[in-house]
Amino acid sequence: MSTALAVAGLRKRYGRHEALRGVDLEVADGELLGLLGPNGAGKSTLTKIACGLVHPTEGSVAVARPFGYLAELFRFPGWCTADEVLLLHQRLTGSDGGGRERGDLLELVRLDDDATTRVEEMSKGMQQRLGLAQAMVGGPRLLLLDEPTSALDPGGRRTVRDLLEELRRRGVAVLLNTHLLSEVELVCDRVVIIDKGAVVAAGTPAELEGGSGVEVELAGGVRRIDGATREDVPGIVADLVAAGEQVYGVRVRRSSLEDVYLDTVADAR
Amino acid sequence: MSSGVLIVARLALQEALRRRVLLVVVVLTVVFGGLYAWGCSELFGDVDQFSDSSTGLDATALAGSTIVGLAMFGGLFLGVVLATFLTAGAVRGDAERGLLQPLIVRPLGRTEYLLGRFLAAAVVSALYVLLVYFGAVLVTGLIGDWWPEHPVGSAVRLAGGAVLIAALALLGSVFLSATANGILMLMAYGMGLLAGLLGAIGDAIPSPTLQHIASTASWVLPFEALYRDALRLLVQDVPGVTGAIVQLGPLGGSHDAGPLLIPWAVLYLLGVLVLAALAFARRDV
Repeated sequence: MSTALAVAGLRKRYGRHEALRGVDLEVADGELLGLLGPNGAGKSTLTKIACGLVHPTEGSVAVARPFGYLAELFRFPGWCTADEVLLLHQRLTGSDGGGRERGDLLELVRLDDDATTRVEEMSKGMQQRLGLAQAMVGGPRLLLLDEPTSALDPGGRRTVRDLLEELRRRGVAVLLNTHLLSEVELVCDRVVIIDKGAVVAAGTPAELEGGSGVEVELAGGVRRIDGATREDVPGIVADLVAAGEQVYGVRVRRSSLEDVYLDTVADAR
Repeated sequence: MSSGVLIVARLALQEALRRRVLLVVVVLTVVFGGLYAWGCSELFGDVDQFSDSSTGLDATALAGSTIVGLAMFGGLFLGVVLATFLTAGAVRGDAERGLLQPLIVRPLGRTEYLLGRFLAAAVVSALYVLLVYFGAVLVTGLIGDWWPEHPVGSAVRLAGGAVLIAALALLGSVFLSATANGILMLMAYGMGLLAGLLGAIGDAIPSPTLQHIASTASWVLPFEALYRDALRLLVQDVPGVTGAIVQLGPLGGSHDAGPLLIPWAVLYLLGVLVLAALAFARRDV
Protein backbone atom coordinates (compact mmCIF):
# COMPACT_ATOMS: atom_id res chain seq x y z
CA MET A 1 0.00 0.00 0.00
CA SER A 2 1.44 3.41 -0.93
CA THR A 3 1.80 6.24 1.52
CA ALA A 4 -0.32 9.40 1.55
CA LEU A 5 1.71 11.10 4.28
CA ALA A 6 5.18 10.19 5.52
CA VAL A 7 6.81 12.16 8.30
CA ALA A 8 10.35 11.26 9.40
CA GLY A 9 12.44 12.66 12.25
CA LEU A 10 10.34 15.79 12.44
CA ARG A 11 11.52 18.47 14.83
CA LYS A 12 10.20 21.97 15.35
CA ARG A 13 11.67 24.51 17.68
CA TYR A 14 10.09 27.87 18.56
CA GLY A 15 12.92 29.66 20.32
CA ARG A 16 13.72 27.53 23.35
CA HIS A 17 10.50 25.56 23.16
CA GLU A 18 10.65 22.32 21.24
CA ALA A 19 7.17 21.66 19.86
CA LEU A 20 8.12 18.45 18.04
CA ARG A 21 10.95 16.16 19.09
CA GLY A 22 11.62 13.72 16.28
CA VAL A 23 8.22 12.49 15.17
CA ASP A 24 7.91 9.59 12.70
CA LEU A 25 4.48 8.90 11.30
CA GLU A 26 2.87 7.46 8.19
CA VAL A 27 -0.64 7.51 6.79
CA ALA A 28 -1.29 4.91 4.13
CA ASP A 29 -3.55 5.57 1.16
CA GLY A 30 -7.16 5.28 2.23
CA GLU A 31 -6.26 5.04 5.92
CA LEU A 32 -7.93 7.07 8.68
CA LEU A 33 -5.35 7.95 11.27
CA GLY A 34 -6.42 9.57 14.51
CA LEU A 35 -3.91 11.92 16.09
CA LEU A 36 -4.49 12.31 19.80
CA GLY A 37 -2.73 14.28 22.47
CA PRO A 38 -3.28 16.92 25.13
CA ASN A 39 -3.26 20.64 24.35
CA GLY A 40 0.24 21.77 23.41
CA ALA A 41 1.37 18.26 22.52
CA GLY A 42 2.37 19.34 19.01
CA LYS A 43 -0.55 17.95 17.01
CA SER A 44 -1.45 21.20 15.24
CA THR A 45 2.21 21.97 14.59
CA LEU A 46 2.58 18.56 12.97
CA THR A 47 -0.49 19.12 10.82
CA LYS A 48 0.65 22.61 9.81
CA ILE A 49 4.08 21.31 8.85
CA ALA A 50 2.45 18.57 6.79
CA CYS A 51 0.52 21.10 4.75
CA GLY A 52 3.38 23.60 4.44
CA LEU A 53 2.15 26.40 6.69
CA VAL A 54 4.98 25.89 9.17
CA HIS A 55 8.59 25.07 8.31
CA PRO A 56 10.21 22.17 10.18
CA THR A 57 13.47 22.72 12.02
CA GLU A 58 14.60 19.21 11.07
CA GLY A 59 13.17 16.17 9.38
CA SER A 60 11.22 15.47 6.25
CA VAL A 61 7.59 15.40 5.15
CA ALA A 62 6.23 13.77 2.00
CA VAL A 63 2.60 14.57 1.22
CA ALA A 64 0.44 13.07 -1.50
CA ARG A 65 -1.12 15.66 -3.77
CA PRO A 66 -3.70 16.93 -4.12
CA PHE A 67 -4.49 17.24 -0.45
CA GLY A 68 -7.10 19.17 1.47
CA TYR A 69 -6.68 20.95 4.79
CA LEU A 70 -9.04 22.25 7.41
CA ALA A 71 -7.31 24.51 9.92
CA GLU A 72 -8.25 24.57 13.58
CA LEU A 73 -8.82 28.30 13.32
CA PHE A 74 -9.99 29.41 9.93
CA ARG A 75 -12.39 31.84 8.37
CA PHE A 76 -13.82 32.44 4.95
CA PRO A 77 -14.67 35.92 3.68
CA GLY A 78 -17.98 36.80 5.32
CA TRP A 79 -19.39 38.28 2.12
CA CYS A 80 -18.96 35.01 0.21
CA THR A 81 -21.80 32.53 -0.10
CA ALA A 82 -21.13 28.85 0.55
CA ASP A 83 -21.19 28.22 -3.20
CA GLU A 84 -18.72 31.05 -3.84
CA VAL A 85 -16.29 29.69 -1.27
CA LEU A 86 -16.27 26.35 -3.04
CA LEU A 87 -16.02 28.04 -6.44
CA LEU A 88 -12.96 29.97 -5.26
CA HIS A 89 -11.30 26.76 -4.12
CA GLN A 90 -12.22 25.03 -7.36
CA ARG A 91 -10.38 27.79 -9.18
CA LEU A 92 -7.38 27.52 -6.86
CA THR A 93 -7.14 23.74 -7.22
CA GLY A 94 -7.95 23.78 -10.92
CA SER A 95 -10.91 21.50 -10.31
CA ASP A 96 -13.22 21.09 -13.27
CA GLY A 97 -16.01 19.61 -11.14
CA GLY A 98 -18.20 22.65 -11.72
CA GLY A 99 -21.59 23.13 -10.08
CA ARG A 100 -22.11 19.41 -9.69
CA GLU A 101 -19.04 18.99 -7.47
CA ARG A 102 -20.06 21.98 -5.38
CA GLY A 103 -23.59 20.67 -4.99
CA ASP A 104 -22.37 17.18 -4.04
CA LEU A 105 -19.97 18.55 -1.44
CA LEU A 106 -22.59 20.81 0.11
CA GLU A 107 -24.97 17.87 0.26
CA LEU A 108 -22.29 15.73 1.88
CA VAL A 109 -21.89 18.24 4.72
CA ARG A 110 -25.64 18.89 4.84
CA LEU A 111 -25.44 22.45 3.61
CA ASP A 112 -27.27 21.83 0.34
CA ASP A 113 -30.04 24.26 1.36
CA ASP A 114 -27.49 26.94 2.20
CA ALA A 115 -25.59 27.26 -1.07
CA THR A 116 -26.55 30.94 -1.34
CA THR A 117 -26.20 31.71 2.37
CA ARG A 118 -23.40 34.14 3.13
CA VAL A 119 -20.67 32.92 5.47
CA GLU A 120 -21.34 35.81 7.87
CA GLU A 121 -24.91 34.52 8.26
CA MET A 122 -23.79 30.99 9.15
CA SER A 123 -23.35 29.52 12.61
CA LYS A 124 -19.87 28.40 13.64
CA GLY A 125 -20.89 24.81 13.11
CA MET A 126 -22.13 25.52 9.59
CA GLN A 127 -18.87 27.29 8.81
CA GLN A 128 -16.95 24.28 10.07
CA ARG A 129 -18.96 21.98 7.83
CA LEU A 130 -18.34 24.36 4.94
CA GLY A 131 -14.64 24.16 5.82
CA LEU A 132 -14.81 20.40 5.46
CA ALA A 133 -16.48 20.73 2.07
CA GLN A 134 -13.80 23.22 1.03
CA ALA A 135 -11.07 20.78 2.05
CA MET A 136 -12.58 18.15 -0.23
CA VAL A 137 -12.72 20.34 -3.36
CA GLY A 138 -10.73 18.84 -6.21
CA GLY A 139 -10.92 15.26 -4.91
CA PRO A 140 -7.89 15.18 -2.60
CA ARG A 141 -5.93 11.97 -1.92
CA LEU A 142 -5.28 13.10 1.62
CA LEU A 143 -7.23 15.24 4.09
CA LEU A 144 -5.52 16.94 7.00
CA LEU A 145 -8.21 17.82 9.51
CA ASP A 146 -7.22 19.88 12.53
CA GLU A 147 -9.97 19.70 15.16
CA PRO A 148 -12.79 19.49 12.60
CA THR A 149 -15.49 18.96 15.23
CA SER A 150 -14.50 21.58 17.79
CA ALA A 151 -17.46 23.87 17.03
CA LEU A 152 -20.02 21.19 16.23
CA ASP A 153 -23.02 20.07 18.21
CA PRO A 154 -23.71 16.31 18.53
CA GLY A 155 -25.66 16.35 15.26
CA GLY A 156 -22.79 18.07 13.48
CA ARG A 157 -20.31 15.59 14.93
CA ARG A 158 -22.45 12.78 13.62
CA THR A 159 -22.33 14.42 10.18
CA VAL A 160 -18.55 14.49 10.35
CA ARG A 161 -18.44 10.85 11.43
CA ASP A 162 -20.63 9.90 8.46
CA LEU A 163 -18.39 12.00 6.28
CA LEU A 164 -15.29 10.20 7.49
CA GLU A 165 -16.96 6.88 6.73
CA GLU A 166 -17.73 8.17 3.24
CA LEU A 167 -14.12 9.25 2.79
CA ARG A 168 -12.98 5.79 3.79
CA ARG A 169 -15.35 4.36 1.18
CA ARG A 170 -13.83 6.67 -1.43
CA GLY A 171 -10.30 5.65 -0.45
CA VAL A 172 -9.24 9.09 0.81
CA ALA A 173 -6.53 9.08 3.47
CA VAL A 174 -7.27 11.20 6.53
CA LEU A 175 -5.13 12.57 9.33
CA LEU A 176 -7.68 13.45 12.00
CA ASN A 177 -6.42 15.65 14.78
CA THR A 178 -9.06 15.69 17.49
CA HIS A 179 -9.80 15.56 21.19
CA LEU A 180 -12.90 13.45 20.72
CA LEU A 181 -11.73 9.96 21.58
CA SER A 182 -15.12 8.41 20.88
CA GLU A 183 -14.90 9.50 17.24
CA VAL A 184 -11.40 8.17 16.89
CA GLU A 185 -12.48 4.91 18.45
CA LEU A 186 -15.40 4.61 16.06
CA VAL A 187 -13.89 5.59 12.75
CA CYS A 188 -10.10 5.49 12.78
CA ASP A 189 -8.04 2.59 11.47
CA ARG A 190 -5.03 3.56 13.55
CA VAL A 191 -4.29 5.94 16.37
CA VAL A 192 -1.14 7.84 17.22
CA ILE A 193 -0.89 9.45 20.64
CA ILE A 194 1.52 12.33 20.86
CA ASP A 195 2.67 14.15 23.96
CA LYS A 196 5.31 16.82 24.51
CA GLY A 197 6.22 16.65 20.85
CA ALA A 198 6.89 12.90 20.71
CA VAL A 199 4.87 9.83 19.76
CA VAL A 200 4.09 7.93 22.97
CA ALA A 201 1.77 5.24 21.59
CA ALA A 202 0.59 4.00 18.22
CA GLY A 203 -1.54 1.19 16.91
CA THR A 204 -5.06 0.21 15.98
CA PRO A 205 -7.74 1.08 18.53
CA ALA A 206 -8.03 -2.64 19.32
CA GLU A 207 -4.28 -2.98 19.88
CA LEU A 208 -4.20 0.05 22.15
CA GLU A 209 -7.20 -1.16 24.07
CA GLY A 210 -5.48 -4.54 24.49
CA GLY A 211 -5.42 -4.21 28.28
CA SER A 212 -8.75 -5.97 28.65
CA GLY A 213 -9.07 -9.01 30.93
CA VAL A 214 -10.65 -10.43 34.04
CA GLU A 215 -9.79 -9.55 37.66
CA VAL A 216 -10.59 -12.15 40.32
CA GLU A 217 -10.57 -11.26 43.99
CA LEU A 218 -9.05 -14.13 45.95
CA ALA A 219 -8.14 -14.58 49.59
CA GLY A 220 -4.55 -13.74 48.77
CA GLY A 221 -5.36 -10.66 46.68
CA VAL A 222 -6.47 -9.74 43.16
CA ARG A 223 -5.36 -11.94 40.30
CA ARG A 224 -5.49 -10.59 36.74
CA ILE A 225 -6.03 -12.78 33.73
CA ASP A 226 -5.11 -10.58 30.76
CA GLY A 227 -6.98 -11.05 27.53
CA ALA A 228 -9.81 -13.01 29.14
CA THR A 229 -13.36 -11.99 28.30
CA ARG A 230 -16.76 -12.20 29.99
CA GLU A 231 -17.34 -15.57 28.32
CA ASP A 232 -14.24 -16.98 30.02
CA VAL A 233 -15.44 -16.09 33.55
CA PRO A 234 -17.31 -19.36 34.44
CA GLY A 235 -14.34 -21.48 33.39
CA ILE A 236 -11.84 -19.29 35.25
CA VAL A 237 -13.89 -19.39 38.43
CA ALA A 238 -14.41 -23.16 38.13
CA ASP A 239 -10.67 -23.73 37.68
CA LEU A 240 -9.79 -21.53 40.65
CA VAL A 241 -12.34 -23.22 42.93
CA ALA A 242 -11.14 -26.60 41.77
CA ALA A 243 -7.64 -25.50 42.70
CA GLY A 244 -8.81 -24.73 46.23
CA GLU A 245 -8.98 -20.93 45.90
CA GLN A 246 -11.79 -18.96 47.51
CA VAL A 247 -13.33 -16.50 45.05
CA TYR A 248 -14.75 -13.32 46.61
CA GLY A 249 -15.48 -11.36 43.44
CA VAL A 250 -14.95 -11.17 39.68
CA ARG A 251 -14.66 -8.09 37.48
CA VAL A 252 -14.40 -7.98 33.70
CA ARG A 253 -12.02 -5.25 32.67
CA ARG A 254 -12.27 -3.64 29.30
CA SER A 255 -10.04 -0.65 28.85
CA SER A 256 -11.37 2.03 26.54
CA LEU A 257 -9.25 4.24 24.35
CA GLU A 258 -9.85 6.95 26.92
CA ASP A 259 -8.23 4.80 29.62
CA VAL A 260 -5.30 4.07 27.34
CA TYR A 261 -4.97 7.70 26.38
CA LEU A 262 -5.05 8.94 29.96
CA ASP A 263 -2.63 6.22 31.13
CA THR A 264 -0.23 6.85 28.25
CA VAL A 265 -0.21 10.59 28.64
CA ALA A 266 0.12 10.28 32.41
CA ASP A 267 3.05 7.85 32.01
CA ALA A 268 4.79 10.25 29.70
CA ARG A 269 4.61 13.07 32.25
CA MET B 1 0.72 36.11 -15.36
CA SER B 2 -0.26 32.94 -13.52
CA SER B 3 -3.90 32.15 -12.87
CA GLY B 4 -3.22 32.03 -9.10
CA VAL B 5 -2.17 35.70 -9.10
CA LEU B 6 -5.29 36.69 -11.00
CA ILE B 7 -7.57 34.62 -8.73
CA VAL B 8 -6.17 36.30 -5.61
CA ALA B 9 -6.33 39.77 -7.21
CA ARG B 10 -9.92 39.12 -8.23
CA LEU B 11 -10.78 37.97 -4.71
CA ALA B 12 -9.26 41.14 -3.22
CA LEU B 13 -11.18 43.33 -5.67
CA GLN B 14 -14.41 41.40 -5.05
CA GLU B 15 -13.92 41.93 -1.32
CA ALA B 16 -13.45 45.68 -1.84
CA LEU B 17 -16.59 45.81 -3.98
CA ARG B 18 -18.77 43.62 -1.76
CA ARG B 19 -17.60 45.32 1.42
CA ARG B 20 -18.61 48.58 -0.29
CA VAL B 21 -15.12 50.00 0.15
CA LEU B 22 -15.04 51.10 -3.47
CA LEU B 23 -18.58 52.47 -3.27
CA VAL B 24 -17.62 54.68 -0.31
CA VAL B 25 -14.51 55.81 -2.17
CA VAL B 26 -16.49 56.67 -5.31
CA VAL B 27 -19.17 58.57 -3.37
CA LEU B 28 -16.60 60.58 -1.39
CA THR B 29 -14.62 61.25 -4.55
CA VAL B 30 -17.71 62.61 -6.28
CA VAL B 31 -18.25 64.88 -3.26
CA PHE B 32 -14.58 65.89 -3.41
CA GLY B 33 -14.91 66.56 -7.16
CA GLY B 34 -17.98 68.71 -6.58
CA LEU B 35 -16.24 70.76 -3.91
CA TYR B 36 -13.18 71.06 -6.12
CA ALA B 37 -15.25 72.33 -9.03
CA TRP B 38 -16.97 74.83 -6.76
CA GLY B 39 -13.61 75.98 -5.41
CA CYS B 40 -12.23 76.31 -8.93
CA SER B 41 -15.22 78.33 -10.00
CA GLU B 42 -14.83 80.74 -7.05
CA LEU B 43 -11.06 80.95 -7.48
CA PHE B 44 -11.08 81.73 -11.18
CA GLY B 45 -14.00 84.08 -10.70
CA ASP B 46 -11.82 86.22 -8.44
CA VAL B 47 -8.52 85.59 -10.18
CA ASP B 48 -8.22 89.10 -11.63
CA GLN B 49 -8.03 90.59 -8.15
CA PHE B 50 -4.76 88.72 -7.51
CA SER B 51 -2.59 91.07 -9.44
CA ASP B 52 -2.39 93.83 -11.92
CA SER B 53 -0.11 94.00 -14.91
CA SER B 54 2.60 95.93 -12.99
CA THR B 55 3.53 92.95 -10.78
CA GLY B 56 4.13 90.64 -13.72
CA LEU B 57 2.20 87.91 -11.95
CA ASP B 58 0.25 85.50 -14.14
CA ALA B 59 -2.72 85.08 -11.85
CA THR B 60 -4.39 82.38 -13.93
CA ALA B 61 -1.25 80.22 -13.94
CA LEU B 62 -0.76 80.84 -10.22
CA ALA B 63 -4.33 79.83 -9.40
CA GLY B 64 -4.40 76.88 -11.79
CA SER B 65 -1.09 75.32 -10.79
CA THR B 66 -1.77 75.86 -7.09
CA ILE B 67 -5.20 74.26 -7.11
CA VAL B 68 -4.11 71.35 -9.34
CA GLY B 69 -1.11 70.90 -7.00
CA LEU B 70 -3.52 70.69 -4.08
CA ALA B 71 -5.63 68.16 -5.97
CA MET B 72 -2.47 66.13 -6.64
CA PHE B 73 -1.68 66.11 -2.96
CA GLY B 74 -5.24 65.14 -2.05
CA GLY B 75 -5.48 62.47 -4.74
CA LEU B 76 -2.16 60.89 -3.80
CA PHE B 77 -3.05 60.97 -0.11
CA LEU B 78 -6.37 59.21 -0.75
CA GLY B 79 -4.64 56.76 -3.09
CA VAL B 80 -2.11 56.01 -0.37
CA VAL B 81 -4.89 55.42 2.15
CA LEU B 82 -6.61 53.10 -0.32
CA ALA B 83 -3.41 51.16 -1.09
CA THR B 84 -2.67 50.83 2.64
CA PHE B 85 -6.16 49.61 3.52
CA LEU B 86 -6.10 47.05 0.71
CA THR B 87 -2.75 45.53 1.70
CA ALA B 88 -2.05 46.33 5.36
CA GLY B 89 -3.48 43.03 6.61
CA ALA B 90 -2.55 40.88 3.60
CA VAL B 91 -0.29 38.41 5.42
CA ARG B 92 -0.13 38.59 9.19
CA GLY B 93 -3.52 40.24 9.55
CA ASP B 94 -5.26 37.66 7.38
CA ALA B 95 -3.31 34.82 9.02
CA GLU B 96 -4.45 36.01 12.47
CA ARG B 97 -8.04 36.07 11.24
CA GLY B 98 -7.67 32.61 9.69
CA LEU B 99 -8.40 33.83 6.16
CA LEU B 100 -4.95 33.11 4.76
CA GLN B 101 -4.49 29.44 5.66
CA PRO B 102 -7.17 27.91 3.42
CA LEU B 103 -5.77 29.82 0.45
CA ILE B 104 -2.06 29.17 0.63
CA VAL B 105 -2.26 25.43 1.25
CA ARG B 106 -3.88 25.11 -2.14
CA PRO B 107 -1.54 24.74 -5.12
CA LEU B 108 -0.97 28.45 -4.82
CA GLY B 109 2.55 29.66 -4.11
CA ARG B 110 3.05 32.25 -1.42
CA THR B 111 4.65 34.54 -3.98
CA GLU B 112 1.61 34.21 -6.22
CA TYR B 113 -0.59 35.16 -3.28
CA LEU B 114 1.52 38.26 -2.58
CA LEU B 115 1.57 39.29 -6.21
CA GLY B 116 -2.20 38.88 -6.44
CA ARG B 117 -2.73 41.13 -3.43
CA PHE B 118 -0.22 43.63 -4.79
CA LEU B 119 -1.82 43.65 -8.23
CA ALA B 120 -5.26 44.40 -6.81
CA ALA B 121 -4.04 47.20 -4.53
CA ALA B 122 -1.69 48.70 -7.11
CA VAL B 123 -4.31 48.76 -9.87
CA VAL B 124 -7.06 50.20 -7.65
CA SER B 125 -4.92 52.87 -5.99
CA ALA B 126 -3.10 53.88 -9.20
CA LEU B 127 -6.39 54.13 -11.14
CA TYR B 128 -7.87 56.15 -8.31
CA VAL B 129 -4.98 58.60 -8.26
CA LEU B 130 -5.15 58.93 -12.05
CA LEU B 131 -8.90 59.49 -11.93
CA VAL B 132 -8.62 62.24 -9.32
CA TYR B 133 -5.68 63.87 -11.08
CA PHE B 134 -7.14 63.91 -14.57
CA GLY B 135 -10.52 64.92 -13.13
CA ALA B 136 -8.88 67.89 -11.42
CA VAL B 137 -6.95 68.85 -14.58
CA LEU B 138 -10.13 68.65 -16.65
CA VAL B 139 -12.22 70.67 -14.20
CA THR B 140 -9.48 73.28 -13.83
CA GLY B 141 -9.03 73.55 -17.59
CA LEU B 142 -12.74 73.82 -18.32
CA ILE B 143 -13.44 76.36 -15.59
CA GLY B 144 -10.23 78.40 -15.50
CA ASP B 145 -8.82 77.72 -18.95
CA TRP B 146 -5.46 76.70 -17.47
CA TRP B 147 -3.90 73.44 -18.62
CA PRO B 148 -0.64 71.93 -17.36
CA GLU B 149 2.10 71.36 -19.94
CA HIS B 150 2.96 67.76 -18.97
CA PRO B 151 -0.19 66.15 -17.56
CA VAL B 152 0.84 62.58 -18.40
CA GLY B 153 4.30 62.80 -16.79
CA SER B 154 2.81 64.07 -13.53
CA ALA B 155 0.09 61.40 -13.63
CA VAL B 156 2.60 58.58 -14.09
CA ARG B 157 4.67 59.79 -11.15
CA LEU B 158 1.64 60.15 -8.85
CA ALA B 159 0.35 56.69 -9.77
CA GLY B 160 3.86 55.32 -9.19
CA GLY B 161 3.84 56.83 -5.69
CA ALA B 162 0.62 55.01 -4.82
CA VAL B 163 1.99 51.74 -6.27
CA LEU B 164 5.14 52.07 -4.14
CA ILE B 165 3.03 52.52 -1.02
CA ALA B 166 1.03 49.39 -1.91
CA ALA B 167 4.28 47.41 -2.17
CA LEU B 168 5.65 48.82 1.10
CA ALA B 169 2.38 48.05 2.91
CA LEU B 170 2.54 44.51 1.55
CA LEU B 171 6.07 44.12 2.89
CA GLY B 172 4.97 45.52 6.25
CA SER B 173 2.07 43.07 6.35
CA VAL B 174 4.48 40.14 6.53
CA PHE B 175 5.81 41.39 9.86
CA LEU B 176 3.12 43.56 11.42
CA SER B 177 -0.53 43.31 12.34
CA ALA B 178 -2.91 45.22 10.09
CA THR B 179 -3.34 48.12 12.52
CA ALA B 180 0.37 48.54 13.24
CA ASN B 181 1.20 48.29 9.55
CA GLY B 182 -1.47 50.81 8.58
CA ILE B 183 -0.19 53.29 11.15
CA LEU B 184 3.39 52.73 9.97
CA MET B 185 2.49 53.37 6.34
CA LEU B 186 0.60 56.57 7.06
CA MET B 187 3.41 57.78 9.32
CA ALA B 188 5.97 56.97 6.62
CA TYR B 189 3.87 58.95 4.15
CA GLY B 190 3.68 61.81 6.63
CA MET B 191 7.44 61.69 7.16
CA GLY B 192 7.98 61.88 3.43
CA LEU B 193 5.66 64.85 3.20
CA LEU B 194 7.43 66.58 6.07
CA ALA B 195 10.80 65.97 4.43
CA GLY B 196 9.42 67.50 1.23
CA LEU B 197 8.26 70.59 3.12
CA LEU B 198 11.67 70.89 4.76
CA GLY B 199 13.22 70.61 1.31
CA ALA B 200 11.01 73.42 0.01
CA ILE B 201 12.06 75.61 2.95
CA GLY B 202 15.68 74.57 2.38
CA ASP B 203 15.42 75.64 -1.27
CA ALA B 204 13.85 78.98 -0.34
CA ILE B 205 16.27 80.01 2.44
CA PRO B 206 18.53 78.32 1.10
CA SER B 207 19.71 75.73 3.66
CA PRO B 208 22.01 72.89 2.51
CA THR B 209 21.17 70.85 5.64
CA LEU B 210 17.43 70.93 5.01
CA GLN B 211 18.04 70.22 1.33
CA HIS B 212 20.19 67.23 2.30
CA ILE B 213 17.50 65.88 4.67
CA ALA B 214 14.88 66.21 1.95
CA SER B 215 17.13 64.62 -0.65
CA THR B 216 17.97 61.63 1.59
CA ALA B 217 14.29 61.14 2.46
CA SER B 218 13.44 61.25 -1.24
CA TRP B 219 15.74 58.33 -2.01
CA VAL B 220 14.70 56.32 1.05
CA LEU B 221 11.00 56.99 0.43
CA PRO B 222 10.83 57.53 -3.33
CA PHE B 223 7.06 58.02 -3.40
CA GLU B 224 7.81 61.44 -1.93
CA ALA B 225 10.37 62.16 -4.64
CA LEU B 226 7.85 61.08 -7.27
CA TYR B 227 5.26 63.46 -5.84
CA ARG B 228 7.68 66.39 -5.85
CA ASP B 229 8.82 65.49 -9.35
CA ALA B 230 5.19 65.41 -10.47
CA LEU B 231 4.81 68.92 -9.04
CA ARG B 232 7.94 69.95 -10.93
CA LEU B 233 6.40 68.83 -14.21
CA LEU B 234 3.24 70.72 -13.32
CA VAL B 235 4.94 74.07 -12.75
CA GLN B 236 8.26 73.96 -14.62
CA ASP B 237 6.94 75.88 -17.62
CA VAL B 238 5.32 78.66 -15.61
CA PRO B 239 7.61 81.64 -16.25
CA GLY B 240 8.86 84.58 -14.22
CA VAL B 241 7.75 85.57 -10.76
CA THR B 242 4.74 83.31 -11.00
CA GLY B 243 7.01 80.33 -11.70
CA ALA B 244 9.19 81.13 -8.68
CA ILE B 245 6.14 81.27 -6.41
CA VAL B 246 4.41 78.13 -7.63
CA GLN B 247 7.62 76.11 -7.48
CA LEU B 248 7.57 76.54 -3.70
CA GLY B 249 4.16 74.87 -3.78
CA PRO B 250 1.42 74.71 -1.20
CA LEU B 251 2.26 71.29 0.31
CA GLY B 252 5.86 70.42 -0.50
CA GLY B 253 7.60 72.25 -3.28
CA SER B 254 8.50 70.91 -6.66
CA HIS B 255 11.88 69.30 -6.92
CA ASP B 256 13.92 67.89 -9.75
CA ALA B 257 15.35 64.59 -8.53
CA GLY B 258 17.17 64.02 -11.80
CA PRO B 259 17.01 61.28 -14.42
CA LEU B 260 17.72 58.46 -11.97
CA LEU B 261 14.46 58.85 -10.09
CA ILE B 262 12.26 56.68 -12.32
CA PRO B 263 14.81 53.82 -12.65
CA TRP B 264 15.40 54.01 -8.89
CA ALA B 265 11.65 53.88 -8.18
CA VAL B 266 11.28 50.81 -10.41
CA LEU B 267 14.26 49.08 -8.75
CA TYR B 268 12.95 50.05 -5.33
CA LEU B 269 9.55 48.56 -6.16
CA LEU B 270 11.09 45.30 -7.35
CA GLY B 271 13.37 45.18 -4.31
CA VAL B 272 10.46 45.66 -1.92
CA LEU B 273 8.42 42.95 -3.64
CA VAL B 274 11.34 40.48 -3.64
CA LEU B 275 11.98 41.23 0.03
CA ALA B 276 8.30 40.65 0.83
CA ALA B 277 8.31 37.35 -1.07
CA LEU B 278 11.49 36.15 0.69
CA ALA B 279 10.21 37.14 4.12
CA PHE B 280 6.83 35.49 3.53
CA ALA B 281 8.46 32.31 2.21
CA ARG B 282 10.36 31.94 5.50
CA ARG B 283 7.47 32.78 7.75
CA ASP B 284 5.46 30.23 9.72
CA VAL B 285 1.73 30.83 9.36
